[in-house]
Amino acid sequence: MAYASTIKEAFQADLAGIREKGIYKEERYIHSPQAAHIQVEYPRGAPTREVVNLCANNYLGLSSHPDVVAAAHRALDERGYGMSSVRFICGTQDVHRQLEEKLTEFLGTEDTILFASCLDANAGVFEAILGPDDVMISDRLVHASIVDGIRLCKAMHDTYKHADMAHLEQKLQEHQDRRIRLIITDGVFSMDGDLAPLDQIVALAEQYHAMVFLDDSHATGFIGKTGRGVHEHFGVFGNIDIITTTLGKALGGASGGCVSGRKEIVELCRQRARPYLFSNAVPPPIAAASLKVLEILSATTERRDKLEANANFWRKAVVDAGFVIKDGDSPIVPIMLFNAKLAQDVARDLFAEGVYVVGFFFPVVAAGQARIRTQLSADHDMPMLQRALESFKKVGATYGILGLDKKGIIEKFGS
Amino acid sequence: MKELILEYIRHEYLDEDEAADMVLDDRTPLISSGIVDSFSMVSLKRFLEKKNGINIPDEEATPQAFDTVASIMVLVNKHLAKKGA
Repeated sequence: MAYASTIKEAFQADLAGIREKGIYKEERYIHSPQAAHIQVEYPRGAPTREVVNLCANNYLGLSSHPDVVAAAHRALDERGYGMSSVRFICGTQDVHRQLEEKLTEFLGTEDTILFASCLDANAGVFEAILGPDDVMISDRLVHASIVDGIRLCKAMHDTYKHADMAHLEQKLQEHQDRRIRLIITDGVFSMDGDLAPLDQIVALAEQYHAMVFLDDSHATGFIGKTGRGVHEHFGVFGNIDIITTTLGKALGGASGGCVSGRKEIVELCRQRARPYLFSNAVPPPIAAASLKVLEILSATTERRDKLEANANFWRKAVVDAGFVIKDGDSPIVPIMLFNAKLAQDVARDLFAEGVYVVGFFFPVVAAGQARIRTQLSADHDMPMLQRALESFKKVGATYGILGLDKKGIIEKFGS
Repeated sequence: MKELILEYIRHEYLDEDEAADMVLDDRTPLISSGIVDSFSMVSLKRFLEKKNGINIPDEEATPQAFDTVASIMVLVNKHLAKKGA
């Protein structure tokens, strides 16, 4: 046995350390399809209870939509369960290529390549196209999967302060000697819910001969007038060199992601991106259901419009109730509590009130910036949101935080 | 040198309102406190190398070595001494 007791004890000590820091993550078992109302077993072994779900990425409420489920069923019957192959050996079906073409059209790019996840897309794309003569300049709050992708790439990397265009410009000036300058940003930042100033980023990219990379995972399907993403919102649709996004959030929420962009970049990914070369094709039912999702979203903006209305209602309602939120223009509404223990306590008490939310704190967000991230869905209706609001008010009143600003909360609970 | 590094950190890593509120000295934890994330400290490393004409190997540019300006000074001085030798 190579699993020596000393090693086992070292792992146990690591786990104990995670628990002591209060950052041990526990799963809660859901006994129903993903939706705005779900049946949750928590703690383990407790009877299930119905709660309003305010922490899913199910922005458009398509995760369990009957048409999407039916499309997946059909593909299961007609194209099978799995491919048992990577794409370039014998893992590409007609549905995979159709989905790539539809995503290209939807995102306003030249071509698209599917990955098993957007994490894989982000892990593979930089290494596939950049080398030691190039530089990647990323916003400091980009998603962890982009950080991983950057770390795997041999190009130089640098960062700019979150959404700070003067700092980005300074970095672009500093790196004029590089062959390629690639500006890297999320479209909607997942913890803050704010949008990258993409019009300004594109203008700087033109001025300083840089390319633009956009991870639009928290935007595709609902940001912008027709839900195409942050590039549509800022009037720069068609001007982004590389977009990565996910099928695992608004677009049905199963799994899968893509790199969409300049034809040559996509072609290089097909030749070199390691997660594409060494990981299985997206399962046929997911590819087919994603095609159905794009069909629904191309036919009507009804769902993104409802989501926008829900998000507008919720932002105003929680501020009127006396909570501090992060400003933004997305269905991610962070309710700021600043103190890590307070965020966890409030989340726990809200669950007892029938509202499912999660507290986030350092190192997931900056120190002293603990929060409860609420996420709206087109599946929420007014009675659900009203009920959730009343619970927030009740719990907020218990802790005496309603009407307190950042300074007031920190004075009371510490940062 | 110490002042130069502190000034660089203020400009490179803090927002204006944060810089005004914060007392930053050579003992202030940078990485472990979250002022500088380990991923973004690469620009600080390049700044130190350029200003001092030294090369800090990646394996020495650890979050621990970069956690305070005092520990950064130890690392920089070591490489300056090597350069001078």
